[in-house]
Amino acid sequence: MDKVVKTLKEAIQLAGVKDGSRISFHHHLRNGDYVLNMVMDEIAGMGYKDISVNASSLFDCHLPLVDHIKNGVVTEIITDYMSGGIGAQISEGILEKPVQFRTHGGRPADIIKGVTPIDVAFIAAPTADTMGNMTGKIGKSACGSMGYAYADAMCAKKVVVITDNLVPYPLPYPSIDETYADYVVSVDAIGNPAGIVSGTTKITRDPVGLVMAQTAAKVIQASGLLKDGFSFQTGAGGATLAAAQFLKEIMLKEGIKGSFGCGGITGYMVDMLNEGCFESLIDVQCFDLKAVESIRTNPKHTEVSAMRYASPDAKSAAVDSLDVVLLGATEIDTDFNVNVHTNSSGKIMGGSGGHSDTAAGAKLAMIIAPLSRARLPIVTDHVFCKSTPGSTIDVLVTQKGVAVNPARPELAAKLKDGGIHVVDIFELKEAAEKLCGSPKPLVKGDKVVADIIYRDGTLLDRIYNVR
Amino acid sequence: MNTLKKASCGTMESSDAYMELEPIEAGTQIELQSVVEHQFGDSIRALAAEMLKEEGVENVKLSIVDRGALECTLRARLETLIGRAREEAAHA
Amino acid sequence: MRRSMLFLPGNAPNMILSGDCLGADAIILDLEDAVAPDQKDAARVLVRNAIKYLQFPGVEKIIRINSLDTPYWKKDLDEMVPLKPELIMTPKTSCAADVLEFDAYMSELEDKLGFERNTVKLLPLIETALGVENAFAIASASKRVAAIFLGAEDLSADLHCKRTKEGKEILYARGRMVMAARAANVDVYDTPFTDVNDDEGIRIDAEFAKGLGFTGKASISPRHVGVINEVFSPTQKDIDYAYEVMEAIRIGKEQGKGAVSLHGKMIDAPIVARAQQTIDMAVALGLGREEC
Repeated sequence: MDKVVKTLKEAIQLAGVKDGSRISFHHHLRNGDYVLNMVMDEIAGMGYKDISVNASSLFDCHLPLVDHIKNGVVTEIITDYMSGGIGAQISEGILEKPVQFRTHGGRPADIIKGVTPIDVAFIAAPTADTMGNMTGKIGKSACGSMGYAYADAMCAKKVVVITDNLVPYPLPYPSIDETYADYVVSVDAIGNPAGIVSGTTKITRDPVGLVMAQTAAKVIQASGLLKDGFSFQTGAGGATLAAAQFLKEIMLKEGIKGSFGCGGITGYMVDMLNEGCFESLIDVQCFDLKAVESIRTNPKHTEVSAMRYASPDAKSAAVDSLDVVLLGATEIDTDFNVNVHTNSSGKIMGGSGGHSDTAAGAKLAMIIAPLSRARLPIVTDHVFCKSTPGSTIDVLVTQKGVAVNPARPELAAKLKDGGIHVVDIFELKEAAEKLCGSPKPLVKGDKVVADIIYRDGTLLDRIYNVR
Repeated sequence: MNTLKKASCGTMESSDAYMELEPIEAGTQIELQSVVEHQFGDSIRALAAEMLKEEGVENVKLSIVDRGALECTLRARLETLIGRAREEAAHA
Repeated sequence: MRRSMLFLPGNAPNMILSGDCLGADAIILDLEDAVAPDQKDAARVLVRNAIKYLQFPGVEKIIRINSLDTPYWKKDLDEMVPLKPELIMTPKTSCAADVLEFDAYMSELEDKLGFERNTVKLLPLIETALGVENAFAIASASKRVAAIFLGAEDLSADLHCKRTKEGKEILYARGRMVMAARAANVDVYDTPFTDVNDDEGIRIDAEFAKGLGFTGKASISPRHVGVINEVFSPTQKDIDYAYEVMEAIRIGKEQGKGAVSLHGKMIDAPIVARAQQTIDMAVALGLGREEC
C-alpha cells in the first residue's frame, strides 16, 4: 500500500473533488499558510466550480480566495475567524450565500454531527510519514499543536496530508495518525515560517493598556478564584497578555499553584508553566516560537483537539473547567453582548474563535477594553452584531472602572470588597460619549453577508453589509 | 482681515489631526479624510466651517487628515492653524 | 495629596487624553522641554482645551510653563491662569526675584479675571546650582509658592557632573531642598527617575527620597506611578500605630496625665504630629477609620 501521491493535482483527483464538494483546512499555519491557496489554485485550474470551503480561520494570506469567489469556484465559506482584508470583501457582498461563522468549539461539533460534512480535508502537516502519521511539533514549518485539524481528519470522507517534511514510516508520537489519512503529498513548502508563528508575542506598552491589565489582575484576585488549583486562559492581545504578566507576579508572590493554562498558547503562558504557576498547559494552538519549543519538549504542555478544548457536544471540554478567561472586544453593549466579528465601521474583521466557547465555560469571563478607541466609544446601546451573548460575560474592565453584569451581584460585592472601582455599565457608556460625542450609528444594508452560529448551533445574529 | 498665508498644524499620530490651510480665489473648501468618517465626518466638517466663520476666515482651502481626534483637539488644532496662517501673513 | 506627579508632553493628544486614568495623583502638562519651539503655540492651545473640556476629574492639574528667559511664559500664563490649575510649575527658578516676577504677572491676570489673588499657586522648579543655594528664599518668596520641586537633570549639567542612577551627585541638593521647604512650611517634590524600564531602581530611588522627607515624586513614565504611590503611602502598620498614638493621647488627656507613653515609649509632640500626618493621609486615601 502506498499513500504517497506525486502531485497535489493527482491527490485532488484521487480524493474525488468535484463540483459542489466541501473541502476543509486548518489554520495552524496562520498568516504564513501556503496550502489553502495551493489547493484552491489547483482546483480552479482543474475547472471545478461551486466549492464549499470550511477553514477553521482565514487570514489575509488567503486573499487569492476572493478571486475564486468572484469567478464562481468558491460559493460557500464556513469559518470561525476572518482577517480584515478578506472580511472587507465579504462585507461588500461578493459571496451570494452568507458566510457561516462558527466557534472553535462549534465547528468540530458540527463536523462530527454531520451538520457540515466534509468531502475532502486538506491537512497541512509540518512533518508526516509515508502513511500519513503527522505532527506539527517538528519540521521547518513547525506550528506546534494541530488541535483544529482533528475533527477534519476523523470525519472527512477523504483526507489528503500535505507536508514539506516527509519522513520514513513510522513517525514517532504523531499528533494525528495514519488511521485517518488517505493520501500524502510532499511539497516544497507548506508555509512561510515568519508568518506561521511570530518570534515573540509582545506585551502592550500602551499606558492605558497597562492600567487595564493591572486592574484585570486585581479583579481576578478579588473574585476569590485565584487560589491553588486556579485555571486560566488569555487571548494574545497586548492588554490581555499584560494582565497575565501581572497575574503571574501575584501568583508567584503569594505562592499560588494553579492547575492549568488553556487555549492558544504564548511564551508568557509557557513562562507561567515553567515558573510553577500551572501544573500543565492545554494547547489547541501555538502562537509563538517559545510555545512551539515547549510543546515539543515539555510533557506537561499537552496538545489537545478543538473538541477537547471547547466542543459543546463533548461529554466535557477544557473550557468547562476554566476559572477565568480574559477576552477582548470591538464593542460591548449595555447588556454585555460583545462584538468581535466586525470593526467599528461594521466591516468583518475577526470572528468568535474561542471567544464565546470560553465565555460560556469559564466561571469568570472578563472583557478588557478601553473606554474608546480613536474617538469611538466601546460601550454602545446595541452592538453591530452579537458574537458572544451578554449572559455569558461577567465583567468589563476599562481604564475608568469595572462594570459587573447585573446578573452577578455577588461578584460585584466581592470586587467592591477587594477595593475595585465598580461602576454601572451605563456610566461607562455616558463617560465615553461625553468624551467622544455621540457617533452616528452605522446603517445596516439589506444584504446578509454572514451568519453567526452560536456554539449550540442556533443562529445568534446576522451580519449585514454596511451602507 | 482675511490676509492669510499657507500654514499647517497638528500631527498624524492617533487621536490627533493634521491640517493645512491655504488661501484660494473664492469660497471655502473643506477636505476631510477621517478614520471615523462614517460616525463623525459630518460633525467635523460642520465644526470646521463654524470655526472658520466665527474667525471671519474665507476664501480658503482647509484640508484635514483626522486620526480620531476628540472635538477639543480638533478645536485646538483649528485655532492654532488659523493663528499661524495670520502670523505668516503678518510676517510676509 | 500628591504622592505621584506624571509628566505628559503638552502637544501629544493621545498622551494627554488618558492623563486622568494612569494612577497619578497629579499630572504635569508640559509646555516646556517636551514641546519644540515651533510648536509652543499649538501645545498651549491644546493643553488649554484639554483642561477646559476634559477637566480630568480626580487628578490635580499642574502646568509646566516656559522659563523667564523665553518669549513664551507670559502667553502661557495668559492661557493657563483662567483655567485655575492647581499649580503652575516654573522652570529654572533660581532666586526669589524669579518667583516675584511670575507672581506679579499672575496677580495682574487674577485681578483682570476677578479671581482672588493667589488663587493659582506656584511650584518653582529648582534645577540650577544657584536655585538650590537659594531654595529657602524661593520657597518663602511669596504666599503663592505651595511647594518646590527638584529637577536633577538640568542641575547635574549645571554642576558639571554626571547624572547617575544612584544619585550621589544630587544628595546634597535633595537634603538642601527638603530643609528649605520644611523651613518655609511648603511641600517638596523629588526629581523623576529616568530609567523607564528599571522597576527595581525606581523603588529604591523613591524610598530614598521618602526617607529624606520628600512629599512625593515625579515620573516621566506611567510605569513608575504605581510604585511611587505605594512608597509614599503610609503602610497599614503605620496607620494602626498612628491611631494607637492618638488613642493613647486621648486617654492620657482624660486622665489628666502630663506625659503619655505607648509600648513603654514616651509620646512627645513630634510623634503626635507625625501620627496626625499619617492619619490625614490615610483618610485621604480612604484607609482611615470612621471614628477619627
